[in-house]
Amino acid sequence: MTASIAVSTEALVKTFGTNRALDGVDLEIRSGRVLGLLGPNGAGKTTTVRILTTLLRPDSGRAFVAGNDVLADPHAARHAIGLSGQYAAVDENLTGYENLYMVGRLYGMSRADASRRARQLLDRFRLQEAAERPSKGYSGGMRRRLDLAGALVAAPPVVVLDEPTTGLDPRGRMETWEVVGELVDDGTTVLLTTQYLEEADALADSIAVIDQGRVIARGTSDELKAQVGGERLELVAQEPEDLAVVTQVLDEVGSGSPHTEERARRVQVPVEVGPKALMEALRRLDAQGIEVYDVALHRPTLDDAFLSLTGRAAGRADGAAERDEVGGGHIEQGARG
Amino acid sequence: MSVITAGARDSGVVAWRNLLNIKRNPDWLLAGTVQPIMFVLLFAYVFGGSLGGAQYREFLIGGIFVQTVAFNSSFTVIGLANDLQKGIVDRFRALPMSRVAVLLGRTTSDLAVAVLTVAIMSVCGLLVGWRIRGSVTDALLAYAVLLLFSFAMSWVGAFIGLISRSVEVAQSAGLLWLFPVTFISSAFVSAENMPGPLRAFATWNPITVTADSLRMLFGNPVRVDRLPPDAWPAQHAVPYAVGSALLIIAVFVPLAVARYRRVASR
Ligand SMILES: Nc1ncnc2c1ncn2[C@@H]1O[C@H](COP(=O)(O)OP(=O)(O)OP(=O)(O)O)[C@@H](O)[C@H]1O
Ligand SMILES: [Mg+2]
Repeated sequence: MTASIAVSTEALVKTFGTNRALDGVDLEIRSGRVLGLLGPNGAGKTTTVRILTTLLRPDSGRAFVAGNDVLADPHAARHAIGLSGQYAAVDENLTGYENLYMVGRLYGMSRADASRRARQLLDRFRLQEAAERPSKGYSGGMRRRLDLAGALVAAPPVVVLDEPTTGLDPRGRMETWEVVGELVDDGTTVLLTTQYLEEADALADSIAVIDQGRVIARGTSDELKAQVGGERLELVAQEPEDLAVVTQVLDEVGSGSPHTEERARRVQVPVEVGPKALMEALRRLDAQGIEVYDVALHRPTLDDAFLSLTGRAAGRADGAAERDEVGGGHIEQGARG
Repeated sequence: MSVITAGARDSGVVAWRNLLNIKRNPDWLLAGTVQPIMFVLLFAYVFGGSLGGAQYREFLIGGIFVQTVAFNSSFTVIGLANDLQKGIVDRFRALPMSRVAVLLGRTTSDLAVAVLTVAIMSVCGLLVGWRIRGSVTDALLAYAVLLLFSFAMSWVGAFIGLISRSVEVAQSAGLLWLFPVTFISSAFVSAENMPGPLRAFATWNPITVTADSLRMLFGNPVRVDRLPPDAWPAQHAVPYAVGSALLIIAVFVPLAVARYRRVASR
């Protein structure tokens, strides 16, 4: 382990009965970076988080947080880590202030420090109005923010957020994203789990895709997208007879071969840089006097990622294709719609 | 900071949090005090008439005290099971706090609840004719024995709360075992007239002996018929009561702590 690695796991295995929830998970996060752990329901995200935060012991494998062996010295690991779990664990009968004050005290802060820190965080998470109300009456988003604030009370070097934006409205989501950005500015290392590629894309320096307890892909969001197939440009021709020209133009600007749906007059092609390819395609079509009925740029979705990486759609166990058969770069058409 | 001061401090924080919870949610505390008052009135006046009237009521109060604090252990069961279910225990377990604090904080706050219940019961007892006839020191000792027993029962409750698979299970499990344990004792009637095996159980039951201790120390009759106790435990009631409470604590603290370390959220 080098000093610049803040979090690492080695070959984590965890079985529940006959269910192999984790099947050899290796992760590494460099200090001050954000790792997005991306995966569908039941992939093993929470199980990984629970092992890292000392809540669960793996059957085998090792985990380190800020240089502390999670299994050998859980107490030291807990000092280094702040957790906001998948389901907000706030005390409903305590006010927002009391919740944070309590966490501060349990981190070993003095009364004055715990109190000051609680006020600070309530301000930062726009909870000052609700600070003296029992959190029972909070909205889901407020609860989530309070729980997130709880993870930051001791300003730990490593913060673990398990699906921090699930159940939040767009504004709450944006705010959470901002908080993660601020954490990074402060030099905090963040492990973030999510089911949304978009979120991992926006927040994470690197992404690990997990499915059925295995990391099936890792890299930066760009690398992953390239592997998934990047963006797709879609044009719908005005007239059926223009279809051939549209297909040809898209063949020229795209990074792969176009796919044509005759009846819908629709042509799709994978592209490297979406907006650039879009402009170019429109310019060329315009030059030939051809009108288009509709234009769209599709970002890769988690469905695309999963189809590409696992050969099956996320959350669906249709297993139409074998895992090994699917390389990077190619998009299976059947996934959409 | 040493392990012990850290443990005491963290337990204090948890106890503070638990008491705030009770304060903001006093319904079940109400249920917990109304029930023993009801027991006093029912036993004192429904059974009391045929069991010895005023004399029985004086005998009864020591038993009701013990029965009440025993039933208070179900607060510990439900409180812990609730915290487990709501993920609060996970929140605590991920913090660098003392391992025993969640449990010790819980049993401590439940002890505070027991003090309140015992105070209410005492007033209630005085109203139905119960009196403290011994010295002040003995009376204080009696209350100390009672609270020690309450604390011990709370640790049994902590263990049950941690092994219960849901709050619903905890609710019934935490209460169910208390009925035979409190009724097969001399809490309400003397053990002398029970059939063989029950009588043996009742004679050695810590509930019996703790109730006997209170009766002796308060200067109340130990038997309804006012005869002196003939069984060995009853003759050594105070040391036996204290000893059995300490034994329960010595067994259930490690059991509960070990269970707490392994317990998973639900
Ligand atoms: N305590 C448990 N007992 C039995 N099985 C469990 C337990 N916890 C998790 N599992 C199983 O382990 C697998 C991984 O679960 P995990 O909670 O880690 O998934 P996840 O990626 O967090 O999913 P989600 O997005 O739904 O939160 C699932 O099949 C789940 O059913
Ligand atoms: Mg999860």
